[in-house]
Amino acid sequence: MNRRLVEGSEAIAEAMVAAGCRFFAGYPMTPFTEVLEHMARLLPGAGGTCVNAESELEAIGMVWGAAATGARAATGSVGQGLSLMQESLAELCHAQIPVVVLNMARGQGDYYQATRGGGHGDYRHPVFAPSDVGEAIRLVQLAFHTADRWRNPTLVLGDFYLAHVQEAVAVELLDFGPLPAKDWSLDGTSSGTRSAKILSPVHSYSPDPGPTDGRSPDGERLQVDYGTHLASIVDRIAAMSAGIEPLSEVGFTEEAVVVAVAYGTAGRYLRCAVANLRDEGLPIGYFRPITLWPFPSKQLVEATRNAHSVAVLELNAGQMIDDVRLALGGHTVIEPIGGVAFDESGFGISPLLDVETIEQRLRLALDRCRTRSQ
Amino acid sequence: MTEPIVPTDRPPDRPSRLIDDFAPSLVNQRHHDLCPGCGEPIAIRSLLETIEQVGATKRSIAVMGIGCYTAFSSAMDIEVLQALHGRAPSLATGVKRMRPDAVVVTIQGDGDMVNEGLQEVLHSAARGENITCIMLNNGVFGETGGHMTATTVLGQRTKNSIEGRRSDHHGFPISLAELVAGLAGTSFVARGAVSTAGEVARTRRMLQRAIEVQLSAGGFGLVEILTMCPTGWFIDTTEAPSYLMDTLAGTHHLGVVKDTPRP
Repeated sequence: MNRRLVEGSEAIAEAMVAAGCRFFAGYPMTPFTEVLEHMARLLPGAGGTCVNAESELEAIGMVWGAAATGARAATGSVGQGLSLMQESLAELCHAQIPVVVLNMARGQGDYYQATRGGGHGDYRHPVFAPSDVGEAIRLVQLAFHTADRWRNPTLVLGDFYLAHVQEAVAVELLDFGPLPAKDWSLDGTSSGTRSAKILSPVHSYSPDPGPTDGRSPDGERLQVDYGTHLASIVDRIAAMSAGIEPLSEVGFTEEAVVVAVAYGTAGRYLRCAVANLRDEGLPIGYFRPITLWPFPSKQLVEATRNAHSVAVLELNAGQMIDDVRLALGGHTVIEPIGGVAFDESGFGISPLLDVETIEQRLRLALDRCRTRSQ
Repeated sequence: MTEPIVPTDRPPDRPSRLIDDFAPSLVNQRHHDLCPGCGEPIAIRSLLETIEQVGATKRSIAVMGIGCYTAFSSAMDIEVLQALHGRAPSLATGVKRMRPDAVVVTIQGDGDMVNEGLQEVLHSAARGENITCIMLNNGVFGETGGHMTATTVLGQRTKNSIEGRRSDHHGFPISLAELVAGLAGTSFVARGAVSTAGEVARTRRMLQRAIEVQLSAGGFGLVEILTMCPTGWFIDTTEAPSYLMDTLAGTHHLGVVKDTPRP
């Protein structure tokens, strides 16, 4: 392993290029800006293109067009920019065009946006939430694979810490197995064949035109009608939900009375705090979802089987706690121990991201749990 | 070209010709579902004939906006990427950057390109993207039933400018071709119409020039085509071509605005 000290944003950019990303477009906004800078530097040498888009709307539009040709393409922003992209993200899901989108978020206020989305219609997209640079290198590449596997946009949810922390890592190409051919992609060569391809969010073209030579009896290009197309979208959501392996990290949950749950950077701090408390002999464990959609519900049920209380640490007013409640079905006490970060930088650098503070909140959660059971 | 009179004193020596026989080869279906008198089928037909004429069929990709003309995405026998309202130029940018040998056109209306997506077309033009944007301009949102767009001319009645567009309340129309031509990145800009056979022929030449500019990597091209919308103009079908020339073309002047392809 050829490890070197790399900042997260640079490692993410290198991982995208290693994964074969050849088109990137973006609009500067910290802490996404740093990824854009590295892509602008790296892509020309890799035979790719990085375009400075006029807005997040154009950025995802350009990526939409590039991905439609079969290229691996990505964009990103922070939560605010992702808000602008929601319409396109929904349409990309409906049109079954695989792209990777980074949200280098400011804090953790974008959990709902990432997992529920703010776009229109029925759609879902996979969400990966790395907690350190090494994991980001792996998950960014897995995101491209997942997008291509399911013909669906895929989101990687990072933050200011992930973008700026330097770690000793090696960026190496990972192989996640074979993928279906992109026989739907556009290059112009099917034009004039009486069955030219179409990539649309409202109807899809069947690559198998059948005996009618690609034309319906009245001469119209064979397509799947809107209703059938919508039904296939719903089916694909179910298939993704069942078929994408939910990833999580679990620690110290054996004999744990309290299991704490956190994702991303908060999950990394939580791991450290729980390890310290375990050294003191306190029965506390942790669970870190790595895929936020599909949420690792079964793993969470397993990890909290013997717990009396589940404490959710997230740097927002309480968003992921909904998924914890959905997973556990109200059989366990579930309480928030996080909170909104009011730091003035605006980058979500929360005073909560402090091991001693988290330890204190975990102790209190354990105390409350013991008081309840007395 | 005059067809000879078919003799009726004996069986015809050749089969009669149907409307079908006149359809361009890149049009899949033999009818359209738009209103009678609509100019958009003529404009799109002209584009498809031009693509075939310049030999670009096997490399052509159309990025469709959203409006009445979107119904043609299934009728055209060229590859189609359906965009959101207003967003076709950024999609076309992504396609072209990854497929520089493809002929990439956008097909948008005035509501799509000038209202919702003005920023997209201006920046694509300023970047000098080697794509061709086609704007079907009828001065109304036809698909919603005749509402005011950014190109609606002063005095024109629409469903939400019922007494006619007034500059003091609705502002002034945007003449996109001139606006885009003012940007250094643009190479070919023209405005045609489909109101008469002569105007269709002139528009065909504009389209051909625009595609040829793209084929020679000459830079960004825009062809604005004034199209009839008798339904959205609330007039008789037969009056629409003259209304177009008298009303729309009085503000949005026909002609080649710029022809300076980059070497």
